[in-house]
Amino acid sequence: MPQSAEKVLDHAPLFREPEYRQMLAAKKLNFECPHPDQVVADQREFTKTWEYREKNLAREALVVNPAKACQPLGAVFAAAGFERTMSFVHGSQGCVAYYRSHLSRHFKEPASAVSSSMTEDAAVFGGLKNMVDGLANTYTLYDPKMIAVSTTCMAEVIGDDLHGFIENAKNEGSVPRDFDVPFAHTPAFVGSHIDGYDGMMEGVLEHFWDGKERTEAAGTINIIPGFDGFCVGNNREVRHLLNLMGVSYTFIQDASDQFDTPSDGEFRMYDGGTKIEDVKAALNAEATLSLQHYNTRHTLNYCAEVGQATASFHYPLGVQATDEFLMKVSAISGKEIPEAIRLERGRLIDAMADSQSWLHGKKYAIYGDPDFVYAITRFIMETGGEPIHCLATNGTAAWEAEMKELLASSPFGEDAQVWAGKDLWAMRSLLFTEPVDLLIGNSYGKYLERDTGTPLIRLTFPIFDRHHHHRFPLMGYQGGLRVLTTILDKIFDKLDRETIEPGVTDYSYDLTR
Amino acid sequence: MSLDHENNGALHEKLIEEVLSQYPDKAAKRRKKHLSVATHRDEIGEAGKVLSECDVKSNIKSIPGVMTIRGCAYAGSKGVVWGPVKDMVHISHGPVGCGQYSWSQRRNYYTGMTGIDTFVTMQFTSDFQEKDIVFGGDKKLEQVIDEVEELFPLNKGITVQSECPIGLIGDDIEAVSRKKAKEHDKTIVPVRCEGFRGVSQSLGHHIANDAIRDWVFDKKEVEFEPSPYDVNVIGDYNIGGDAWASRILLEEVGLRVVGNWSGDATLAEIERAPKAKLNLIHCYRSMNYICRHMEEKYGIAWMEYNFFGPSQIEASLRKIAKHFGPEIEDKTEAVIAKYRPLVDAVIAKYRPRLEGKTVMLYVGGLRPRHVITAYEDLGMEIVGTGYEFGHNDDYQRTGHYVKKGTLIYDDVTGYELEKFIEGIRPDLVGSGIKEKYPVQKMGIPFRQMHSWDYSGPYHGYDGFAIFARDMDLAINNPVWDLYDAPWKKKAVPLAAMAAE
Repeated sequence: MPQSAEKVLDHAPLFREPEYRQMLAAKKLNFECPHPDQVVADQREFTKTWEYREKNLAREALVVNPAKACQPLGAVFAAAGFERTMSFVHGSQGCVAYYRSHLSRHFKEPASAVSSSMTEDAAVFGGLKNMVDGLANTYTLYDPKMIAVSTTCMAEVIGDDLHGFIENAKNEGSVPRDFDVPFAHTPAFVGSHIDGYDGMMEGVLEHFWDGKERTEAAGTINIIPGFDGFCVGNNREVRHLLNLMGVSYTFIQDASDQFDTPSDGEFRMYDGGTKIEDVKAALNAEATLSLQHYNTRHTLNYCAEVGQATASFHYPLGVQATDEFLMKVSAISGKEIPEAIRLERGRLIDAMADSQSWLHGKKYAIYGDPDFVYAITRFIMETGGEPIHCLATNGTAAWEAEMKELLASSPFGEDAQVWAGKDLWAMRSLLFTEPVDLLIGNSYGKYLERDTGTPLIRLTFPIFDRHHHHRFPLMGYQGGLRVLTTILDKIFDKLDRETIEPGVTDYSYDLTR
Repeated sequence: MSLDHENNGALHEKLIEEVLSQYPDKAAKRRKKHLSVATHRDEIGEAGKVLSECDVKSNIKSIPGVMTIRGCAYAGSKGVVWGPVKDMVHISHGPVGCGQYSWSQRRNYYTGMTGIDTFVTMQFTSDFQEKDIVFGGDKKLEQVIDEVEELFPLNKGITVQSECPIGLIGDDIEAVSRKKAKEHDKTIVPVRCEGFRGVSQSLGHHIANDAIRDWVFDKKEVEFEPSPYDVNVIGDYNIGGDAWASRILLEEVGLRVVGNWSGDATLAEIERAPKAKLNLIHCYRSMNYICRHMEEKYGIAWMEYNFFGPSQIEASLRKIAKHFGPEIEDKTEAVIAKYRPLVDAVIAKYRPRLEGKTVMLYVGGLRPRHVITAYEDLGMEIVGTGYEFGHNDDYQRTGHYVKKGTLIYDDVTGYELEKFIEGIRPDLVGSGIKEKYPVQKMGIPFRQMHSWDYSGPYHGYDGFAIFARDMDLAINNPVWDLYDAPWKKKAVPLAAMAAE
């Protein structure tokens, strides 16, 4: 009997005890009707070949282990960045349970959102009644300042009209006439979570800005961060830089407090976020800057339509990307980049120089959202690393072209390939056939690490199986330090693991590196 | 406090009143039926009184906009019933989200070579685009199935797990499945578990059960040498290895577990189920349907059992053994005796640390009642419990477990649960990921009781030791005493005020 009260064994050690191993082997032999071991081994080897890779990459319909989620997740995340705002997702209720779970598992924080709980009758008659009752209940129970409405694919397929429904609900007194209910249609069968983010941002801005007089306040800037699982660390870092510069700015959509509330005995359903008044006033800003281009294409078009200057970045991380961001801010605001920031920059460069011998020539596979992949690829090349596979399941042809341009700008990008629209099962073939030293992605990459032996560095949403990474910034020079250190730790840990066998590799297990 | 304690029914009645007063009238009227305080067994059946100890309305539609914790039919079928069947490929048919959010989240443990002969922790989707909605997805589904066959040829079968759009755009996934099953000579199971069907996960369980009946049973010649002691374990999803910690006991008492549904299951185990002598059902809610069918059609008896905590394990083992006669009964007594020292040691170690601690539960399936006695084995008291997607027969079964005065909440809303927890201030809350962090922010220890909070197994004797350890480490961690900054005055909790 392996279990004891003195030393309680949970699943990890328990099932490796002989009693369980024997039991599971017997189960397999007697009851599972498995394929012969050799057949399994042969197929496993076959999946490592170029031949399998070609079949794998030729897939047209089947998607396996994609690195993207659906639009409403992005809309719910966007809404979480506004003051006392409740997400109301119109459609089937199971979806909302999924978004909440997904966000909570990453942030280790509460994630609140409600559903209009449409069922079969609503599929036939439409969900107007659900909207009318639902808004009334949400408004009464959860005391929001704003309710941000998005849709599941059910409501989209049956064609529910959010604008009309919300008007109806207001007419029926579900919420006061002047209560803010911005909305966005977020069909799950178009784009991905980053488009849902875009849609909700545009919806919020249109709600507050449409038909309003704009009086430009020269030098003021709006910042839209985009869907970012590292918003907690990143938004605070970007604020830190803008504060050092003395820029007059407004973060439009900031979930850094919402997803980082303290534990002090009180559950805050709402915390932080951009104030409604500030969103209104942001119409007057001279410019709106997006930190993630592919998250805000429609939103920035709208900002340009109302007369603002716009610019977008690809997740400003590393040296040159941060330089460009700061110089743009400086150009618009007329504020100098202060010495303190130049010193921060210098410290990052210092760290990169100190570690360059360990980073030079390392080969990487990188996946994630398009802007993130662009950012990491660029930074890797700054460290002398070589991106080999750059993959974004939700990457477009335009992204692919931009990536190729970036890679062509550096000799370190020579061997890189860009994989727009491919999934992580495709990545598996890529890693077997053209191996790399390190894989950069999120928690889903752990299966690739297991199958291919490529060490995984978790740097983007979602990170379920490691804690608190998102509390630290990746953007800016200090974020660059964090990314650099994380990569180096992985390299050193691997080297130590490979040279740790007593009596075998007492050499190379160096004290100083 | 002894185990014959009575809960503070008056406080609980008051809390119900308070939460209902915050709803718009229409919603309050509807929610009222879902909330109650358990009465004493003796009071049941009096004229005009409730029918069971904890009689609430259940399995009816959630109210829009109140933050129900429930999921959908897809979650019930793909997430619960079918997803763990390890040698089949389960296609999330429709847009990308549903499969993505449910990918690897239920901790259904299995053995096998993932991606080669085993596919549980993978996300297969047809990733619907706008054109699939407009022109229909049947052609795409055909191609998806062909590509699965080409890239994952060792799969033993495929299921098509319908997401919302499938039923709305009029796709004929049954026809596609029939055609492709013939072409590839494989089991292909279409499942109509669109998320808008029914009111919760529950209908998805039922639909998934029916799909087994209609698309798996009696479709193939099953070669199998039966024995008199063949049982199926039904409704154990092997979360954190639960089914393994149960199987080891059933084998020890001399039974032969010929199929486990559906944690660590293979298609073969499902196909041969009708040849077993007895169906042992753990999660009644999600799989009673197929047991009733097997009883009707194949004459297989079924029996509910409970492997949480030593009291229930012993009672269940004896009940099961009785079905098989003296030989198994003797072995069972020997097994119970063998594990007694472990149980005694676990209780000796943990009970003094947990005695009298109060617990509120809010879970799905079987756990709102099944785990109660496991807590009581450790001297803990259940002050409130409820089901996400229970039916009337679940609440009837719960009556035997709960004490008078226990707060009962069906399909609880975020608002209600927060207020109940605030008002009662239990020593521990056991619920899901969405509830974990709000509760912990309040300074109340929490364990996820769907995923075992990444621990487990909790079934069987081996699992009970882990369960006890986990409840202890949740409640007795020093962090809970650090919440208040020493320079701030402490607020008095509501329950303490009510007691004064």
